[in-house]
Amino acid sequence: MAFFVEVLVGGLLAGVMYSLVALGFVLIYKASGVFNFAQGAMVFFAATTYAGLVGLGWSGWVAFVASLGVMVVFALATERFVLRPLVNQPQISLFMATIGLTFVLEGVAQGVWGAEVRGLELGIPDSPLEVKGILISKFDLVAGATAGGLVAVLALFFQKTRVGRALRAVADDHQAALSVGIPLGRIWALVWGAAGAVALVAGLLWGSRLGVQFALTQVALKALPVLILGGFTSVAGAIVGGLIVGASEKVAEVYLGPLIGGGIENWFPYVLALLFLLVRPDGLFGEKRIERV
Amino acid sequence: MIYREAGQFRTTYAADQRVFPITQDRVGMAILLLVAFVVVPLTASSYALTALLVPMLVLSLAALGLNILTGYAGQFSLGTAAFMSVGAFAAYNFQLRVPGIPLLVSFALAGLVAAAVGLVFGLPSLRIKGFYLAVATLAAQFFVDWLFTKVAWFSNDSPSGTITAQPMVIAGFPIDTPARRYLLVLSIVSVLALAAKNLSRTATGRAWMAVRDMDVAAEVIGIPILRTKLVAFGISSFYCGVAGALWAFAYLGTVEPQAFDLQRSFQILFMVIIGGLGTVMGAFLGAAFILLFPLFLNWALHLVVRGDLRPGLLSQLELVFFGALIIVFLVVEPHGLARLWQITKEKLRLWPFPH
Repeated sequence: MAFFVEVLVGGLLAGVMYSLVALGFVLIYKASGVFNFAQGAMVFFAATTYAGLVGLGWSGWVAFVASLGVMVVFALATERFVLRPLVNQPQISLFMATIGLTFVLEGVAQGVWGAEVRGLELGIPDSPLEVKGILISKFDLVAGATAGGLVAVLALFFQKTRVGRALRAVADDHQAALSVGIPLGRIWALVWGAAGAVALVAGLLWGSRLGVQFALTQVALKALPVLILGGFTSVAGAIVGGLIVGASEKVAEVYLGPLIGGGIENWFPYVLALLFLLVRPDGLFGEKRIERV
Repeated sequence: MIYREAGQFRTTYAADQRVFPITQDRVGMAILLLVAFVVVPLTASSYALTALLVPMLVLSLAALGLNILTGYAGQFSLGTAAFMSVGAFAAYNFQLRVPGIPLLVSFALAGLVAAAVGLVFGLPSLRIKGFYLAVATLAAQFFVDWLFTKVAWFSNDSPSGTITAQPMVIAGFPIDTPARRYLLVLSIVSVLALAAKNLSRTATGRAWMAVRDMDVAAEVIGIPILRTKLVAFGISSFYCGVAGALWAFAYLGTVEPQAFDLQRSFQILFMVIIGGLGTVMGAFLGAAFILLFPLFLNWALHLVVRGDLRPGLLSQLELVFFGALIIVFLVVEPHGLARLWQITKEKLRLWPFPH
C-alpha cells in the first residue's frame, strides 16, 4: 500500500509539471482560439535562452528577466507577423502556422545557443523527503508549489483585473469584443506574452529535471492528453487533467506495464483521454458546445 | 486564348460527366501521363527515380488519403503515419506468412487492414470534433509505434522492430530496377488518384463535403453522419496503408517503426495544406513542393554561405527558413498551390488580351 501511495504521489507531482505546459496551451486557446502547437518549442526556446545567458556568466535573476523579455518580444512579433495577417482564416491554417512557428523557434534556439545538452541548476534540492514512510521528491514539491502559485496568479488576473475581463470577452466572442472597443491585437500579444512566461517557468523546471535539450519540445506531446482531458478552455481543467494523467500513467506503467511489455507511458494517456472523451466530448471543464444550423 | 472552353459543347450525359470536361485538360493530362510513363523512365537518372520521384509519388498517395479525410470530409487527423505504418507491416506479414500471395493482392490487403484500424480510431469522431479529434488521433500514432516496436510477432522477431521488405515480383516479373519500381508506384498511384477524383464526385463524396461544411445541417437533410465519417476514415486509411506498403517495399526496403513517426504525419499534413485542401491535384503539388523545397534550400544556402560555419548551423537555418516559408505561404495563399493553378488557368483564358 505504501508503495502504491508512493507511485501515486510521484505521478501526481509529475502531473503538475504536465499541467504547467498545458496551461500555456489553454491561455492561448482561450483568448484566440488558436491551438498553439508551438508551446513545446516555446518551452525549449525559453529554457535554452535562460541556460545560454547563465552560461555567459549572467546571474540567475538577470537571466530570468532577460529571457522573459525575449519571450515578450517573441509574443509581439508573433502577433504582428503571424496572427494579424491570418485573422479570419480557418483554425487549421492557424494551427499549421504554429507548426511553422515551432520550426522557426527550434531552429533559432539551436542556431543561437548551439544544440548541445546543458545542465540547469536552480538551487532546488532534489533529495527525497520522508513523510510517514513515503518518499517524496523535494524538487517535485517545489514544482507543484510553483504551478499552484502560477495558477492562483492567473486566476486572479483573469477574474479581477480589467485586462483579464477584456481577455475573457475576447475569448467569448471576437467580434463582440472588438465592437465594444477592446483592442484585439494588444490582447493577443498579451496572451502570447503570458504563455511565454508560463513556458519559461515550465522550461526552467523541466530543464533542471531533464537537462536543457531538444527533447524538451517533446514535453508538449505529454501535455496534449492533459489538455483534452481537462478541456481546451479551462485553466482548472489543465491542472486536474495534469494530475489525472500523471497519476494514471505512473500507476499504469508500474502495474499494467509488466503485463504487456512496458513503455506504455507514451500512449497510455492518449488512450485514457480518448476513452474519456467518448463520455465527455468537451473534456472535464471545457465549454459546452452548442450547435445550430 | 490558349485555355478557352468556348465552343466546346456537351451534347450527351457522358460528355457532361467526364472527369476532364475541357479538351485542353484532357490533352494536358494525356501529355503528362505520357511523359510520366514513357519519357521519365527512359531519361531520368536512377538517383532521380529512387531518391526523388518514388518518395514523391508515395507521399502524394498518403497526402491524397489525408486529403480525403481532412479536405473532403473535414476531419482533422494527426495519425496519418500510423496508418502508413500499419500498411507497411501488414504487407510484410502477408508476404511472409501467406505463401505465394501475389504482391498486388498483399498491398490491397494491407490497405484493407489499415482501413480497419482507421475505422477503430475513427469511431470517436462522432462524439469528438475539431482539435479534440486531432489530438485523439495522436493516440493511433503513439499506440501503433509502440505496438510494432514491442510486439515482436509483427516484425518476425526482429529485435528492434525493423522489417526488410521481400523482393517484389509480379507474375514472375521481378521489380528490381529503379525504373521498374518507379513504374509500379506510378501505376498504383495513378489508378488510386483517378479513383479518388471519381469518388469525390459521387454521392459519397458529396456527403463528405456536406458533413465537412456543417455536420448538423448534413444530418438534418438525412445524411448518416457516423457512416459517412467512418467511410471517410476507412478509405483515407486504405490510401495511407497502400502508401505505407509502397514506402517500405518500393522506396526504403528496410523499415523501422520510427520511419512512420509524428514528423511524417506532419509532413503529410503540410503537403495537404500547402497543396490545397480538398483537391486531388493539391496532394501531388504539395508533395512535390515539400520534398523539393528542402533540397533547394540546402543548395541555395550552400551557395550563399561557404562552409566555414559551425556544423549543424546550416540545418538549423534550413529549419528556420522552412518554418518561415510555411507561415508566409499560409498568409499569402491560404488555399494552397492548387488555388494558384486555378488562378493561372483563369489568366490563361484571356492571355494575351487584357479583357
